[in-house]
Amino acid sequence: MISKILKRVYIALIFVFLYAPMFTLIVLSFNQSKSRAKWGGFTFKWYLALFSDRVVIQALINTLLIALISALVACVIGTITCLAMNRMGNVSKSILTGVTNIPMLNAEIVTGISLMLLFLFFKAKFGFVTILLSHITFNIPYVILSVMPRIRKMNPSNYEAALDLGAGPLYAFFKVVLPDIWPGVLSGFLMAFTMSLDDFIITHFTKGPGVDTLSTKIYAQVKKGINPEMYALSTLIFISVLILLILINRMPSGDKEKEK
Amino acid sequence: MKNNKAVKLLSAPYIVWAAAFIIIPLLMVFYYGLTNRDGQFTFANVLAIQQTEHFKSLYLALILALISTVICILLAYPLAMILSSLKGKNEHLVVFIFILPMWMNFLLRTMAWQTLLENDGVINTVLQFLHMPKMHIINTPSAIVFGMVYNFLPFMVLPLYNVLNKIDINVINAARDLGANPFQTFIRITLPLSVPGIISGITMVFVPSLTTFVVSEMLGGSKILLIGNVIEQEFTQNSNWNLGSGLSIVLMLFIIISMIMSAIFDKNGEGNTL
Amino acid sequence: MSKHLIDLQNISKSFGNHLVLDEMNLYIRENEFLTLLGPSGCGKTTTLRIIGGFENPDVGKVIFDGKDITRLAPNKRQLNTVFQKYALFTHMTIAENIAFGLRIKKKSKAYIDDKIKYALKLVNLEEYGSRYPESLSGGQQQRVAIARAIVNEPKVLLLDEPLGALDLKLRQDMQYELIRLKKELGITFVYVTHDQEEALTMSDTIVVMNQGYIQQIGTPEMIYNEPENAFVADFIGDSNIISSTMIQDELVEILGVKFPCVDKGFGENKPVDVVIRPEDVELTTDVEKGRIQGVVSHIIFKGVHYEMEVMANGFEWLVHSTSCFPVGEKVGINVDPFNIQIMNKPESEDEEAVGVEE
Repeated sequence: MISKILKRVYIALIFVFLYAPMFTLIVLSFNQSKSRAKWGGFTFKWYLALFSDRVVIQALINTLLIALISALVACVIGTITCLAMNRMGNVSKSILTGVTNIPMLNAEIVTGISLMLLFLFFKAKFGFVTILLSHITFNIPYVILSVMPRIRKMNPSNYEAALDLGAGPLYAFFKVVLPDIWPGVLSGFLMAFTMSLDDFIITHFTKGPGVDTLSTKIYAQVKKGINPEMYALSTLIFISVLILLILINRMPSGDKEKEK
Repeated sequence: MKNNKAVKLLSAPYIVWAAAFIIIPLLMVFYYGLTNRDGQFTFANVLAIQQTEHFKSLYLALILALISTVICILLAYPLAMILSSLKGKNEHLVVFIFILPMWMNFLLRTMAWQTLLENDGVINTVLQFLHMPKMHIINTPSAIVFGMVYNFLPFMVLPLYNVLNKIDINVINAARDLGANPFQTFIRITLPLSVPGIISGITMVFVPSLTTFVVSEMLGGSKILLIGNVIEQEFTQNSNWNLGSGLSIVLMLFIIISMIMSAIFDKNGEGNTL
Repeated sequence: MSKHLIDLQNISKSFGNHLVLDEMNLYIRENEFLTLLGPSGCGKTTTLRIIGGFENPDVGKVIFDGKDITRLAPNKRQLNTVFQKYALFTHMTIAENIAFGLRIKKKSKAYIDDKIKYALKLVNLEEYGSRYPESLSGGQQQRVAIARAIVNEPKVLLLDEPLGALDLKLRQDMQYELIRLKKELGITFVYVTHDQEEALTMSDTIVVMNQGYIQQIGTPEMIYNEPENAFVADFIGDSNIISSTMIQDELVEILGVKFPCVDKGFGENKPVDVVIRPEDVELTTDVEKGRIQGVVSHIIFKGVHYEMEVMANGFEWLVHSTSCFPVGEKVGINVDPFNIQIMNKPESEDEEAVGVEE
């Protein structure tokens, strides 16, 4: 009984530690007073200011575009790579897996500066494209990571059975293989998408002047001193993340029930 | 298997991509790190770590990352145990609640702590209201540790939860059945079986803590420099890519050491779990 | 016979709204091999876990050797368990696994080494002490789990479907192994299984359970030959269960035909269930000599015997016979009075716990 109470208290304490900061931001986003020490009354003005801030809106658009495109490209490249890796010999497979692990295991700052050096060397124009290329690079490993187990679990006879029944390779891929590995592809996409949304460090080193994502925008703002607009932004992001994750969590659990 | 070759060709795009955006950039870090501005070979950029200011920043980063990792283990282990003991409908939801902050934007999370810890921030306002002495935390190493623990705690909770959740309840029961009390069961069974989770948690907390420049920048003011800050400044402010790359090589050395250590431990761990 | 070692008194247990055990009473004697047999969800594993101390009953008492141990922690009980899927400690060698209980009890090193040697020999794994569990086959892991339990010299060994994960051949070998071990150790075995063959082969006493109730307790012969109700008859082996009427003592009307039998005391003109084992149905080509006439509708060769279905008086009889009767052949059916087993019809819906879910 006592241990049960202790457990509850412990869980509650960690919960407070994790959520108090976010809760504070949400409260402050409605604070009339610019000072965080005083409650100056309820207001929506920071939200209005945020929505009329063209720079922030542009950063939001950039962030979403980069996340979407990089996740899509990573999904295509990652999935076909998995198909090929499944047929490879052990040596070439482990080399490729090793290379794939580099961006995931290496410190982000090193990945960031290495890409920066690359773009500098080739005198590329730093901006949207360089950020996008970098994001695709660190997204592919996440796709491979989540598709590979699915492909390994797949019965290779399925594909051969489809060919045996007269399907062409492409038809067999889209009708037999892809549906089988689809959950892996989907979770790879979602992982890549969120990684890209959340990234700051690599974007910081590969972005150019005038092109910002939300992360780099926040960083620049915070360095100047926190503006309550940022609180409003946090609140909005927190709520969207919450909704998104609830939706995602609903999906697989629905599937499971169907399986039962 | 006639089309084996054709299927293998599908890996061509990624091989090209990986060469261009993973291998070559990494080689360039080594190239810049091991040459001077005129392109001549030198160890000077790597050895620059011996300079007091650089060495101090590396030392501080190592210490703070170590402290943060230890605190994360101590906080996360009991939590993961409690979470893995939950069964039934709510299990998913509760775990979800503790992982959720991980998906919140990293910078906003850190900004939140800035707001809380500042001298005229929320915590001090509350303390003042309660007539308690103010705390001076912001711009100290403690604030950085706070930020690291807060940001990376879920990375410790998740692998620990996964590995603890996988332990067959009957294995725990078997230990009790053979006469072990709950404490002995924990020390002899649960803890050794969770080693792979602890190791992957340590890597997932230690490496980003060691290399961060964001947390130290935002919570440590510009006074406290970690190795990450030094490298970042060499690239974005001083444009001394050679020095920045040289120091990165040193940093990578530490990452590789921690990877090797975890690989060794994990091999033992996995050899035992699988 | 010998004294009661374990007494389960009035045990009830539910999980949520689901009643798993309902006022169960059962005693286990010293040195007996007792099997809890039933389909999944019948409460047999829960019973075992209550004896082992991994579940607390909602109501009732567990008496062990005269002492109430209902609330005693598992590590303080003088019994050991062999778990489903073995539950070996994968981070320890076989020898370390076996030594676990003894080390906890702080036995001397010499004693422990001796015991490991003895236990490994007992289960025929002498060479395997320094190996890790994952390098052993399922059957070997199972034997390690048994060795790990018995080195602690428990008074009772609880076995929770220990052979469930093994293939058929191995399972049969392990059954003999277990019987041998039981003889050598001279301790009480409480065994849980859903496999009736396993239960019939090894047990001194079988407890047939369904939906939280004990259906019948008895020796394997009693359970097989004289099932007390349709559930037991159906669960143990194949059988023809026919709704019939007891005309008077020693005479029963089956499918409209009177059969002499040996049972008494059911009253007159009383509806009953009759159980006839397929091997007890005698077929004859001399149709007129049969009490009932029928036509063979199916035949399968099973190796030891033929399995046939015979349609007679609107009932499909299952018949095992060493002689072959081709499909379509007219046959006469006879049953020895001694082989007709009469059972009372279940009185309430509650008791009619038929329906075997696997």
